[in-house]
Amino acid sequence: MILSGHNLTIGYSDHVVGRGLDVALATGQVLALLGPNGGGKTTLLKTLLGLLAPQSGEVRLGDRALASLTSRERARLIAYVPQFHVATFAFTVEAVVLMGRTAHGNLFSRPSSADRAIAARVLERFGIAHLRERPYTMISGGERQLVLLARALAQEPQFVVLDEPTASLDFGNQGKVLREIRALAASGHGVLFTTHDPNHAMRAADRAYLLRDGARVGEGAIGLILNKAQLERLYGTSIETVNDSTGRTAFLPG
Amino acid sequence: MAVASAVLVAGLLLALMVGRYPVSFAELFGVIAGKLTGHAPAVPSAVENVVWQVRGPRVASAALVGAALAIAGTAFQGLFRNPLVSPDILGASSGAALGAVLGIYFSLGVFAIQAFAFVGGLVAVAAVYVIGGAVRARDPILVLVLTGVVIGALLGAGVGMVKYLADPYGQLPAMTFWLLGSLASIGARDIAPLGVPVALGTLLLLALRWRLNVMSLPDEEARALGLPTGPLRVAIVAAATLVTSASVATAGVIGWVGLVVPHIARTLVGPDFGRLIPATALLGGGFLLLIDTLARTVSAVEIPLGILTALVGTPFFIWLLASVSKTWS
Repeated sequence: MILSGHNLTIGYSDHVVGRGLDVALATGQVLALLGPNGGGKTTLLKTLLGLLAPQSGEVRLGDRALASLTSRERARLIAYVPQFHVATFAFTVEAVVLMGRTAHGNLFSRPSSADRAIAARVLERFGIAHLRERPYTMISGGERQLVLLARALAQEPQFVVLDEPTASLDFGNQGKVLREIRALAASGHGVLFTTHDPNHAMRAADRAYLLRDGARVGEGAIGLILNKAQLERLYGTSIETVNDSTGRTAFLPG
Repeated sequence: MAVASAVLVAGLLLALMVGRYPVSFAELFGVIAGKLTGHAPAVPSAVENVVWQVRGPRVASAALVGAALAIAGTAFQGLFRNPLVSPDILGASSGAALGAVLGIYFSLGVFAIQAFAFVGGLVAVAAVYVIGGAVRARDPILVLVLTGVVIGALLGAGVGMVKYLADPYGQLPAMTFWLLGSLASIGARDIAPLGVPVALGTLLLLALRWRLNVMSLPDEEARALGLPTGPLRVAIVAAATLVTSASVATAGVIGWVGLVVPHIARTLVGPDFGRLIPATALLGGGFLLLIDTLARTVSAVEIPLGILTALVGTPFFIWLLASVSKTWS
C-alpha cells in the first residue's frame, strides 16, 4: 500500500505553510523528513496523518482518498507517535497502550481480553512489559517514547508516522528508537519520521525528503540525497562530512 | 471503591438519624426493615414519618446533587485535561443562576423557578459552545474555556442587574438564599425532575467511559487514535451540563463539590473513568450528605450549603495543591 500526497498546499486557516508538495511512502519503507525549523515538517506530517485537511491537492491511501475515510478507518491504517509529552492524568502504561485499540472497538466498548493480549504482546516487543502497571507519568522520557511506539503498534496500522521521535532522548535511547524504526519497516510497516539530525536519517531511513520554506528542496534514496552540498543548501550553513574506511558518512554542523 | 461506598453509607445513615428529632440506629433499622418486609415497623409512627417524609426526600436529593456535581466535574476535568476545572466552567451555574433569579423576579412558582434555572444552564452552555465553535483556532479547548469565562461573567452581570431591580424585602433575600445553595425546601415531588436528568447524563457518561479516557489526551492524539472528537465532545458536554443544570435548579449554586471530589476519587481509584465515575458518584453523594447534615444541625438557623462547602473545600484544596500537585506532571 502507498500513502501519498499529490500537489499539496498545506497550512492553517490563516496562512499557507507550503505549496506544490508531492510525497509518497510505501509499506516496508522508511522515509525521513528533514528541514530547518518552521519549514513545514510538522504541518506536512499532520496533513499526511489526516489531522489537517490540505488546502488543495489530495492525500491518498492506496486507491482511496484519505479524506473519504472515517477517523476510525484511518486509525486502523495510520498510527501517530507524537513527541512524548507530560500527561495530565496518571494512567498506567498498560492503559496508555490499550488506548491504541480504540479504533478497533465501537463507541461504547471497553478493551477486550483480545485487546489486552495485543497490548501485552507489543509491550513485550519493546521490552517494557515490566512497566505495565506503572503510571505513565512516573517513567523516563525514553520509556515514554517506547510506550507511545507500543501504543501505535497496538493500532495494528500499515503506516506509522513519528514526530521527532529522537528529540529530547539521551544517546542510548536515540539508538534504541532508531533500531525500532528499522524493525517496524522490517515487519512490513511504512514509516515516516521527522528529525533534526541527518545522521539519524542516515541510520534509519531508506529515503529522505528535504523541506525548506514550505517547498521541496530534494528527495531521493538516502545515500544519494544526503550529501554535503544538499545539506548546506537545506540548512543554510556549512557542514563537515566524516567518512570511515567502510564508506559510511556522518555529518557535523558548522 | 470500598472507601467511597463507606462514605456514602455513613453519610446516608448520619443524615437520616441526626436532626431536631433524633432517630436511633435501632429505630432507623426498624423503619427500613419494616419497609422491606412489609410488616408494620415496631417504632412510633412519628419516627417513620421523619425518616420517609421529612428526611427521606432531602437525603435522596443531597446524595443525587452531590453525585451529579462530582460526576460533571470529573467529566469536565477529563475533557479539558485540567484538574482545576469545575462543572460551572462552561457557564452552567451562571446560566442557571440567571434563570432562577429571573424566575424569582417574576414571582413564579417553585417549579417554574427550577425550570427556568434548568433551561438557563442548558442555554448558557449551548451559547458558549456555539460561540466558541465559531471562533476558528488551533486549540478549540482553550477557546471553549475562555468563552465560558467570558459568558459566565456576562451572566453574572445579568444576575447582578436582576438583583438590583428586585424588591429588596421579598425577592432579594429569596434570590440571595437561592444563590447560596440549599436543600431546605425539598419535597418528594422534587426527586423526579432531579433524578431523571441526572440518571440520563450519568448513564451516557458511563457508557462512554473508555472514550473519556482517550478524550483526556491532546485533541490531535485522540483523533489519530480514531475518535471523532468533535461530536464526542458535544455528547460529553451535553451529559455533564444536563446533570449540572438539574442539580443547580434543585439546590442552587453549590461550589467545590465538583472540583474537590474528583481529586479525592482519583487518588483512591486512579484516573480510569470506568472506576472513577462510580467512585466520584459515591464520594460526591456522601460528601454533600455530610455537608447538608451539618447545614441543618450545627445551628438553629440553616447554613447555606455553598458557604459550608467553601469553608470545607478551601482548606482542603490548598492542602491538595501543596501535596498532590506533583503527580499532575
